[in-house]
Amino acid sequence: MSSNQAPTYYRGYEAIIGLEIHAQLKTESKMFCSDATTFDAGDNENTSPVSIGMPGTLPVVNKRAIEFSIKTGLALNCEIRKKSVFSRKNYFYPDLPKGYQISQYDEPLCEHGEIKFNVGDKDNKYEKTVSITRAHMEEDAGKSNHFGEYTLINYNRSGMPLLEIVSGPDMRTPQEAAEYARTVRSVLRYLDVCDGNLDEGSLRCDCNISVRKIGAPKFGTKVEIKNINSFRFVEKAIEYEIDRQIDAVEAGEKIPQETRLYDPDKNRTFSMRLKEDAQDYRYFPDPDLMPVIVTPEMIEKFRKELPELPIARAQRFVTEHGLPEYDALVLTAEKELSEYFEVVAKTCKNSKAASNWVMTELLRELNQAEKAISQSPIKPEQLGQLIALIDKGTISGKIAKTVFSEMWTTSKDPEVVVKEKGLLQISDTGAIEKIIDEVLAANTAQVADYRGGRTKLFGFFVGAVMKASKGQANPDLVNQMLTDKLNKPA
Amino acid sequence: MIDKKAIEHIAKLARLHVSGEEAEQFSQQLSKALGYFEQISKVETKGIEPLVTPSDMEVFWREDISIKELSAEELVANAPEKVGNLFKVPPVV
Amino acid sequence: MDLIKASLSEISSAVKTKKVSAVEVTQFFQSRITKLDSQLNSYVTVNESASKEAAAIDAKVAKGEDPGLLAGVPFGIKDMFCTRGLRTTAGSKMLSEFVPPYDATVVARLRSAGATVLGKLNQDEFAMGSSNETSFFGPVKNPWDTAHVPGGSSGGSAAAQSARLAAATLGTDTGGSIRQPSSLCGIVGVKPTYGRVSRYGIVSYASSLDQAGPMVSSVSDAALTLEVICGRDEKDSTTSERSVPAFSKNLNQDLKGMKIGLMKEYMNRPGNHVDTSKTVEAAIDAVKKRGAEIVEISVPLTEHAVPMYYLIAASECSSNLARYDGVKYGHRAHFDNLGSIDLDAFYEKSRGEGFGKEVKRRIMLGTYCLSSGYYDAYYNKACQVRRLLRQQYTEAFQKCDVILSAVTTHPAFKIGERVSDPLAMYLNDIYTVSTNLAGLPGMSVPFGMSGHLPIGVQLTAAHFEEQKMLNVGFALEKDSPVAGKAPHVI
Repeated sequence: MSSNQAPTYYRGYEAIIGLEIHAQLKTESKMFCSDATTFDAGDNENTSPVSIGMPGTLPVVNKRAIEFSIKTGLALNCEIRKKSVFSRKNYFYPDLPKGYQISQYDEPLCEHGEIKFNVGDKDNKYEKTVSITRAHMEEDAGKSNHFGEYTLINYNRSGMPLLEIVSGPDMRTPQEAAEYARTVRSVLRYLDVCDGNLDEGSLRCDCNISVRKIGAPKFGTKVEIKNINSFRFVEKAIEYEIDRQIDAVEAGEKIPQETRLYDPDKNRTFSMRLKEDAQDYRYFPDPDLMPVIVTPEMIEKFRKELPELPIARAQRFVTEHGLPEYDALVLTAEKELSEYFEVVAKTCKNSKAASNWVMTELLRELNQAEKAISQSPIKPEQLGQLIALIDKGTISGKIAKTVFSEMWTTSKDPEVVVKEKGLLQISDTGAIEKIIDEVLAANTAQVADYRGGRTKLFGFFVGAVMKASKGQANPDLVNQMLTDKLNKPA
Repeated sequence: MIDKKAIEHIAKLARLHVSGEEAEQFSQQLSKALGYFEQISKVETKGIEPLVTPSDMEVFWREDISIKELSAEELVANAPEKVGNLFKVPPVV
Repeated sequence: MDLIKASLSEISSAVKTKKVSAVEVTQFFQSRITKLDSQLNSYVTVNESASKEAAAIDAKVAKGEDPGLLAGVPFGIKDMFCTRGLRTTAGSKMLSEFVPPYDATVVARLRSAGATVLGKLNQDEFAMGSSNETSFFGPVKNPWDTAHVPGGSSGGSAAAQSARLAAATLGTDTGGSIRQPSSLCGIVGVKPTYGRVSRYGIVSYASSLDQAGPMVSSVSDAALTLEVICGRDEKDSTTSERSVPAFSKNLNQDLKGMKIGLMKEYMNRPGNHVDTSKTVEAAIDAVKKRGAEIVEISVPLTEHAVPMYYLIAASECSSNLARYDGVKYGHRAHFDNLGSIDLDAFYEKSRGEGFGKEVKRRIMLGTYCLSSGYYDAYYNKACQVRRLLRQQYTEAFQKCDVILSAVTTHPAFKIGERVSDPLAMYLNDIYTVSTNLAGLPGMSVPFGMSGHLPIGVQLTAAHFEEQKMLNVGFALEKDSPVAGKAPHVI
């Protein structure tokens, strides 16, 4: 584990954080049967005798789920096991139709990986490496809906393919944990193997946290916080939990091994169940399934098919587009944003301007409207055209902002907006001269002052001319012509 | 060897109601059977990979295609209790 | 045509050439069930729409279409096989009202070859038993002497076939459940190589041991049925891709050049009934006369086969039967107020009421073997010894083509005679369980009499070498003293 950040301590304690991320793989059918995986199906519509666990039904592995898992493993720098095994995890719960979950246990598909990412803001960031202990395939359970007197079970989710990505206990701060989770999500989305949608549960995050006195040789008792549904809450929940655990230890209490839930409204965690009477899951290899055999040829094929991943793309943005590292990292954090940027840059052939417009104007509007990049009313080609209009001198940078906000509300092409609103930049020297003459005529006193040596007034004249032209006068021409006129002896 | 307490523990793990009389019987019968089965411990198996599927066969995987053969109504038809197309169980949590 | 003596291919060609209609054949057997089954209790459920299914076959013939290899042949199906729209109980109270919305692959294959389903046959509960006394629907009686058991667990299939209450039947064999009752009822029963026949839709007892097969009146009927039911199934990951030979066309009674192995550990075992030993001796003479060479072989680990078998079968069954929890289908205990029921109590009561004693005993045994602290000593150890056993068989089959042995230690015993001692009952399986552990094909062919009760001999071949085994059976059948004898109930 390499990190150039100074160790972070909390009241003389150190926090040990590990994450388990469940990624729902973006397949058309389930892990072991042909049920659809659509999110909004009617009650038990996406089920079959297999996913309901009817007698005699058997699992058959989804080829694409294997492919997606291997690709994720490769992207996370894991070793891919030549032979991995599906086991049965036996326990009773109504959402578990067979009385066991098929999951990889002692022989997982992916092991011993690591991932690097940056933590902190522009001025104070450091690189962090987190180890990936393992990533294994398993099937999801169904969903329970509680109604007080009874519970209703829907098995649409039963058998959905999951990849559980388990990190080492390598994180020390809530920020590192949240950034790790964001990075994993970003990788999954670049690979196009998972929606990464925390609200719909296609990505789920469990955090393991313990604290120990600085220098203590052993980790403290680990507490698990389950199913946190945003990265901001990952940070907040861990923050709260570190404090809570230190308080408890300081008060001489024993931390029980337990599972807790985070309540975002109250910003606290509360106990869900104790883990002390550890469940006996009676794992054994599923005799209905053969081991998963992965050949070197398969691994090579998938490796070749890997898309450009966030870090590589950021590096390319620096070298190819000449962007500062920070901008490159911001633009590549989300696959869609990086793709958006590249289209803008390609359209206007001005990477620096493209990056500025995307990072300031566009991201601001998107954040305010709480929209994802894919929902932007301005298409990347349109933003590129807008920048091109500035570069061609058709409109000024200032007018461009007006055009941009019109595009945001109407989704119209920039040329159309410029034409409709009559915002074309005035580069006709005759027209500009006429405006200048009018402005100078209306401000004779200031003209006299200027010529008397108060050259600071130059800005005043520029402003007045621009105002008179409704901002449409070409500022370069205005500057040049004003200089000429004012300096010409009367 | 498997006393009544062990029987109760296993019955709990297996979610099986076992009467006192049954527990007594099972304790005797399973102890006797396991006592006999112990003989396999005499076989030297150091380094031997356990065998699960006994005949050699080629692994095959399914293409990722969704198929719908049965309606939700048909799939919940055997439910002891249901509400609409959902399975009804005692309150969980 | 004499439907009691007719072979399956004779029935099929008579139906195809309209010498007899499928409806007439079906009704012939239906009326026998009505008339005789009260003495045997072999059927749990009679298919009310059998005649309608038969009429559909006749309609195909009328249109000039070929309904398939088994046109109009009425099958009795062990109640382990799921049958669409027809109750499937597995001989258990747990499933006493379960109506599957799907067919087991094997049943679907029979149907698409033109066979019809007469009804569902009685069996030991979840196929756990060797005497058909553990069925929730009461014991089945041996047609040769109704005071005796028919064997188990496919006792209903053996009894119905032997009394000709079906043209053919299907059974399942986990540790001898096809071969042992076939021997005790004087019919031909074949357990194919593990992986030859799909297990999809067959209620699972022990996944790595279960295999379905025909229980019929002759070796050629068995061969024909195998041709229809064998082969890779996309719904069962443990089926083999190997092509299925035309077993029935390749039958050959000439045994010249064939090496018949006599296993040291199985020959002249103390505790064998004298007629059992005589039957094996007679069979050895018979194969010699037909040109076979006798060789001695040894598979020492068969000594430990019974422990291995019960440890593995019980472990797998404890997990396979976890799905019977009263949630999705099957027995649910009655509760006056669901809202006040603790979830564990709900499971324990439903499962406690739904399962019979032998099933509970094996679930308990298996749960114990997989539980923390015992896994290595029991389940895992048994699986390791299992590999060594298979290795010894592989070596033995380098010296011989087919192994000839007894099927059971004794002819059919009396109902109630052995229920009190489970271990003694388990030890009866000494000759049959090794075949399942090693995944080998095995069969029973009637070849002797003990008073008025029939006795079979067992033939075992190497993986996927069913044809050799069938050929030896085909030859033995020609000289069988059971030929021409009929059970008391027929």
